[in-house]
Amino acid sequence: MRKSSVLLLPLVFVACERSDASRSVPTLLPAIDVTSMPTGEPLVAQLTQAPNVPHPIFRERPARVRVELEVKEVEKEISPGVRYTMWTFGGQVPGKFIRVRQGDVVELTLQNHPSSKMPHNIDLHAVTGPGGGAEPTFIAPGKQTTFTFRALNPGLYVYHCATAPVPMHVANGMYGMILVEPPGGLPYADREYYVMQGELYTTGKYHQPGLQAFDMEKGIDEKPTYVLFNGAEGSLVGAKALKARTGEKIRIFVGNGGPNLTSSFHVIGEIFDRVYSEGGTKVQENVQTTAVPAGGSAIVEFTVEVPGKYIIVDHALFRAFNKGAVGTLEVEGESRNDLYTQKRADAPYTGPIVRGPAMPVIAPAEGPVTGEGTYKRVCAACHQPDGRGMTGAFPPLAQSDYLASASKDKLVDHIVNGLQGSITVNGTTYNSAMPPMGFLTDEEIAAALTFVRASWGNGLDAIDKEDVARVRRATK
Amino acid sequence: MIARGLLLLAFASVASANPVPVGPGTYRPTFPASPSEAAVPVAKFWLDRDPVTNTQFLAFVRAKPEWRRDRVKQLRADASYLAHWAAPDALGDAPASAPVVHVSWFAARAYCTWRGGRLPVEKEWELAAAASEKAHDARGDRATQDRILAWYAERTPARLPDVGQRTNAWGVRDMHGLVWEWIEDFNSALVTADSRSSGDMFCGGAAAKSQDPTAYATFMRLAFRSSLEARFTTPILGFRCAYDEEIR
Repeated sequence: MRKSSVLLLPLVFVACERSDASRSVPTLLPAIDVTSMPTGEPLVAQLTQAPNVPHPIFRERPARVRVELEVKEVEKEISPGVRYTMWTFGGQVPGKFIRVRQGDVVELTLQNHPSSKMPHNIDLHAVTGPGGGAEPTFIAPGKQTTFTFRALNPGLYVYHCATAPVPMHVANGMYGMILVEPPGGLPYADREYYVMQGELYTTGKYHQPGLQAFDMEKGIDEKPTYVLFNGAEGSLVGAKALKARTGEKIRIFVGNGGPNLTSSFHVIGEIFDRVYSEGGTKVQENVQTTAVPAGGSAIVEFTVEVPGKYIIVDHALFRAFNKGAVGTLEVEGESRNDLYTQKRADAPYTGPIVRGPAMPVIAPAEGPVTGEGTYKRVCAACHQPDGRGMTGAFPPLAQSDYLASASKDKLVDHIVNGLQGSITVNGTTYNSAMPPMGFLTDEEIAAALTFVRASWGNGLDAIDKEDVARVRRATK
Repeated sequence: MIARGLLLLAFASVASANPVPVGPGTYRPTFPASPSEAAVPVAKFWLDRDPVTNTQFLAFVRAKPEWRRDRVKQLRADASYLAHWAAPDALGDAPASAPVVHVSWFAARAYCTWRGGRLPVEKEWELAAAASEKAHDARGDRATQDRILAWYAERTPARLPDVGQRTNAWGVRDMHGLVWEWIEDFNSALVTADSRSSGDMFCGGAAAKSQDPTAYATFMRLAFRSSLEARFTTPILGFRCAYDEEIR
């Protein structure tokens, strides 16, 4: 035992020094050599209750790790005045967080407290093997059992009870998570939290006080009375809110026990810089809302720049508003008016503040005005560089019968004041709108029209900027 | 003097077991072994009106001292056998008229043999348990099933209530709501090699072969029974006896 602690200490320091460099995306991980079993005294895993997470693992080698979980049936307050008999892994919902390293040999002891009324077991999604441990851990009240598995794949995995009727055991709170860290660990984060969503199906309505029983019918209909983070309404609110300071990198291990709903996990006012989608190895970046399936997970990471209160929700919003799926992240630090102005200006209503028609975004002209240049800059986006337009949307200008038959003044009017309503060009009727281009100079309009009339076999004569000026005055 | 009084009380309680006739009827197993066994006829039998009480079981232990907790063979009962009694032959604070718990299958069986009966088999117990107060078959009755399920989901009380809480249409009391009960074939439902190989009870497997996947209460009894070994004892597991003929 002493030997292994001597070995471990320097590794911790090495890992800390490396922490900045390891902020980059991890490369593909070396495969675990399953033929070499870890030796030495088993380590005892330190488990934590949500929202806390055990310390990162910096071990360079796999080890034997002992995990002890006790199943207890306990009466809990799920909302003020509302109680429910939760079935738990470790006395709380969600179950205790387990953190091991890829390649570890995990000796898991499951105890079923003598006061339990039910037999229970555990199926860990991190296990490779039929049932995920369900069968070897199936135990009567007052018994305990141990089974061993090798953590082959890194990732964030859900565990749950798998005793019939399974949906009821899960709905009553029997779920938690196990993180299998890749060699070298996850990139550095300032804060790590554990948030797990789950549903409750109670015979009484939402917020109906007293001890509530499980409603099988609501479960089968997938209509939960409560959708909760960490087992109770208010488990992440007020004094229990998640805490951080501005500039800190936050990592949340998000899980969903279900048993029915997929979570649309979202932090209001934040963007997840990185998401390990579905708790796996691939990283998605710049995510607003991430889907966390029942019996699945996600690791979300973000840095908070602006101080204040951030609300954590299932963005299927009736669940947040009417079923309890709300938590809070409270961030302290200097205000950042350059990023976000916190003050609200209560000015009297003035009607539209920006007047005039909506303008297409067009780059300013550079260099001397030419017809071709103006056409490409302003007109080609719709009518296309070759003047052929787009069928059904923008009429063609090339070999256009409309162009040939319309008067010069009418064409200038279309450009200065726009065109609404239906027109027929080369036998096709177009019913869209051309925005007014009156912001162009007379010279630009004249040059563009001249270019169009002379190009693509149209063979029409030039238009002067004086003509444009005249039409502009006449139609003002 | 006190001991004699207890003994008299014990005999009085034994006499009041009052087996009542149940059946004939039909049992529909949750997991029929074959399609032809989807409905199993159950012949008429007699079943103790109440779960066996602490007082009744104390009388048995006094008559058969090899079943005292300090003398019982370890193969036949685990360490918590009769752990709730004050002494191997005294109840102490254990409630006299509450169901006896912390008893193994071996002990329950020995008691029933001593009484001239046997443990009920699954189809008998389930036939008796399918009744509500009014109907012999209340398995489709939502309110009844919800009540059973609610009891399963409650925590074990620190002190069990006395027997005689609720009478069903057969005249049997407390089939639900007090304790789990041993049956003769507790590990037969899904048994393969031994009583722990119950893989079919997990996850979707349980529903795939079941006649009624909404029978949550039945699932829970099956799950509970299949978690047991014959020497196990728990604070919420008792029993009652069955008889092929009427006894006095």
